[in-house]
Amino acid sequence: MLNIHCPNCGVTAEETEFHAHGEAHLTRFGPGASDDDFESYLFMRANPKGVHFERWRHQNGCGKWFHMARCTMTLEIFGTYSAQTTEPPQDILDRIRARRPDWNPHP
Amino acid sequence: MSDPVSALKNASDSTGIVQISEVGPAGMITLRGDLADKALIKAAVAAGGVNLPEQRRINTEGDRGMAWMSPDELLILCPYAEAKDRTADLAAAVAGQFALAVNVSDARVVFELKGPHARDVMAKLAPVDLHPSAFTPGMFRRTRLAQVAAALWMPQEDCFRIVCFRSVAQYVFDLLNVSAMPGSEVNYYG
Ligand SMILES: [Zn+2]
Repeated sequence: MLNIHCPNCGVTAEETEFHAHGEAHLTRFGPGASDDDFESYLFMRANPKGVHFERWRHQNGCGKWFHMARCTMTLEIFGTYSAQTTEPPQDILDRIRARRPDWNPHP
Repeated sequence: MSDPVSALKNASDSTGIVQISEVGPAGMITLRGDLADKALIKAAVAAGGVNLPEQRRINTEGDRGMAWMSPDELLILCPYAEAKDRTADLAAAVAGQFALAVNVSDARVVFELKGPHARDVMAKLAPVDLHPSAFTPGMFRRTRLAQVAAALWMPQEDCFRIVCFRSVAQYVFDLLNVSAMPGSEVNYYG
């Protein structure tokens, strides 16, 4: 069971109040994109064992979206942050590196 | 004019360890917009008749009130008969802004739980710390009750008010009844 902090309303609650919506920070490819780019945007996901960046929504709470960095193996949450960003903020990256010194974001 | 009818026609049950009643019809107005905008706050305060609540809180005065729903949403409570006019006034006051006022009175239902076991009955259904040191009158919490979304607050000690969607009114009433079944005291919160 994850205990999640919503950066939008400030509530910390267990995960049943939230809903996961998959990998974060995807580059969107729409009309005019190549088939390969569109396929990769639509179907291909990193699915790492370890550090993962995800989109979540405070479904049964304030209703807002946010991002979360967590470990898919230990379920440790490194932090949650605004949905209005295209990459993880520095403080989240620092926290991940402090806990996972060998983490390589681009293996 | 037709008479308004609340979802469960003011159903109530006092056979369990708390008293459960459907309160209504109740006036409810959703206001969405920039909660830092002075004109919007002024209009909200005029419609609600109470001060702007802080994050995750509710201000009430009798039938009137205003709850913080999310960073861009307020819920205004008022007598049912006033909701239509108040929504129109509010919509006029925020016209031209990136804001929206909607009368949601008939889309929602309000329940009340009363009695010394109210915290325990509520805590069986919501993943929220309802210990007296963690949840107090004036706080407002959006969460889930079993499988559906709901919002709850305590007008006073030993009393909860719950807002949920009208379409799940019977489900929530049944949930509350099961949670308050005679002999199901937990005696954790007192
Ligand atoms: Zn939230």
